[in-house]
Amino acid sequence: MIRFGLVLAAALGLGVTLSAEASEAPKAPAQAWPFNGPLGTYDRNDLRRGLTVYRNVCASCHSLHLVSYRHLAGVGFTEEEIKTIAAAVEVEDGPNDQGEKFSRAGRPADRFKSPFANPQAARAANNGAFPPDLSVITKARKGGPDYLYGLLTGYKNPPAGFKVLEGMNYNEYFPGHQIAMPAPLNEGGVEYPDGTKSTVQQMAHDVTTFLSWASEPEMEERKRMGLKVLMVIFVLTALLYGLKRQIWAALH
Amino acid sequence: MTPAPVWKNPIVRWIDYRLPVFSFIHHQLVDYPTPRNLSYWWNFGSLSGIVLVIMVMTGIVLAMSYTPHVDHAFDSVERIMRDVNYGWLIRYVHMNGASAFFVCVYIHLFRGLYYGSYKAPREILWIVGIVILLTMMATAFMGYVLPWGQMSFWAATVITNLFSAIPLIGEPIVAWLWGGFSIDNPTLNRFFALHYLLPFVILGLVFVHLWALHIHKSNNPVGVETKSAREEIPFHPYYTIKDLFGLGVLLFFFLCFVFFAPNMFVEPDNYIPANPLVTPAHIVPEWYLMPFYAILRAITFDIWFIPAKLIGVIAMFSSIVILMLLPWLDTSPVRSARYRPIYKQVYWIFFADCLVLGYIGASPPEGWYIPIGQIATAYYFGHFLIVMPLLGIFERPLPVPESITAAMGMPKEAGR
Repeated sequence: MIRFGLVLAAALGLGVTLSAEASEAPKAPAQAWPFNGPLGTYDRNDLRRGLTVYRNVCASCHSLHLVSYRHLAGVGFTEEEIKTIAAAVEVEDGPNDQGEKFSRAGRPADRFKSPFANPQAARAANNGAFPPDLSVITKARKGGPDYLYGLLTGYKNPPAGFKVLEGMNYNEYFPGHQIAMPAPLNEGGVEYPDGTKSTVQQMAHDVTTFLSWASEPEMEERKRMGLKVLMVIFVLTALLYGLKRQIWAALH
Repeated sequence: MTPAPVWKNPIVRWIDYRLPVFSFIHHQLVDYPTPRNLSYWWNFGSLSGIVLVIMVMTGIVLAMSYTPHVDHAFDSVERIMRDVNYGWLIRYVHMNGASAFFVCVYIHLFRGLYYGSYKAPREILWIVGIVILLTMMATAFMGYVLPWGQMSFWAATVITNLFSAIPLIGEPIVAWLWGGFSIDNPTLNRFFALHYLLPFVILGLVFVHLWALHIHKSNNPVGVETKSAREEIPFHPYYTIKDLFGLGVLLFFFLCFVFFAPNMFVEPDNYIPANPLVTPAHIVPEWYLMPFYAILRAITFDIWFIPAKLIGVIAMFSSIVILMLLPWLDTSPVRSARYRPIYKQVYWIFFADCLVLGYIGASPPEGWYIPIGQIATAYYFGHFLIVMPLLGIFERPLPVPESITAAMGMPKEAGR
């Protein structure tokens, strides 16, 4: 009740400051994403490299539990590739006919395997901080992909006089500048199958593309359909306007 | 009223003799007499009705795949987005449809304010309209809660807590609304049930609204009643085609948002699953409730023994209820602002005041935002309680044309 009272007080403008998280961070600079704009699409090579970064780096702490391996078919992965990617993880299944749980290799219909069994285990392994699920991450942050890219490349030494708490890291774009996640990307941290040099910027770019797709897998279809629908409605509306003029002409 | 045509089709004739649906449709939608001078501002009533139908249809389909449970609601919405065929389209239409609905209804309402459509004999028509607005707000609020994101949860917290301001019985009422001692699964379940029910209540109210409308027919930009048959035109084809064209324009803009900026009106926080332990930095409702939220927060002081919170809640509800009294608060006999030189300006000041309130509602309650919100709130009530009654007495209206045809510069009736 006390908590609800506090919220209400804040909501009613009684001058209670609730959260230090509200402190400002600069807006992350806008990037020229290929998926921006009404015709933008996800670059397939960026996506593939981004998946590599997610699987090798992010996936050790962050789940992606709304995305299935089979969803990768939507961005050009072949059935065989998807089977291989899914089979790389062990998932718990069951109970079987004997009533026992068993583990098996992942299948395309499985969701991306979560690194921890439950939130408590996730906190225990991360110094008490909870690594958020990344399934809708670009929709869930102000600034979307730009913010994510800024965050991943925004680890700096704190300015003079800024006190970073024990176990926290300084980040230019994180609200309040203190983030529990240590800099996840390091030069050469992953080996890209296509031979691209894995700089921090490259990895941040690729994994942001991948997570943007994970957040909005429908985006390409949405934009394609939108253009067609709007063109049809535009023509139809123009015709209706002509018809309206014609019908009303009888009145004047 | 012209007599219904003799139906040629024997089946139609058979049915119509027993249940005159065809004659009813003919009288209410085909030869229904409408003033010939309605401007495009008169499109927004029918547009609101169409958006309501779109909301009901998409909502029913969404309900087939939605799970009203605190553990599954958020994921089930995302499942609709990912795994249901065209689920993303249905959901984005529904989500942005709420905004489109309020855009249409607010334009419709401000059109009524400008042309004095609430004046005798259309007071009940107007009051039913305000009741529709209130029901829409309740429906929209509960719909906002269903995805069970952070804003859903905390908006539900703030709004249900308003009722705790009621003296003595406030706390028990809040527990009763919640179905427990905190916002939890029972709350989500009942909000879903009510969110499904209320749109049908709105449909019923819309029927009453149209019933009242069809008694004295539409007001018009001149604000004088139609006096001869030549000032009226049949609804079909003249207004059916005009409404269809308007619908095309609305759909074009609406679908621009659906397809290219579907999350424009959503707080990113609502894509974070609800967490009772983490309070978002700023709890804000959807844009269409901002002005009322600003009025709620404007009251930061107790009056005698009445706590600020209670006054805020009363002010917020009063800001809508006061609209129902407008037919009596406006003392001017002239309907249309066209012939009310001072009201015409006061109208735009009031409109600007509502925009200021909306801006304040979206801003954090700190610094200059607080006094500005208070002044804007005072003006909101002053407009209705002081300006409108006095204006009718002191304003000298321009000469009002004796008829619509006179206003349109048409020659005098030459017999018909």
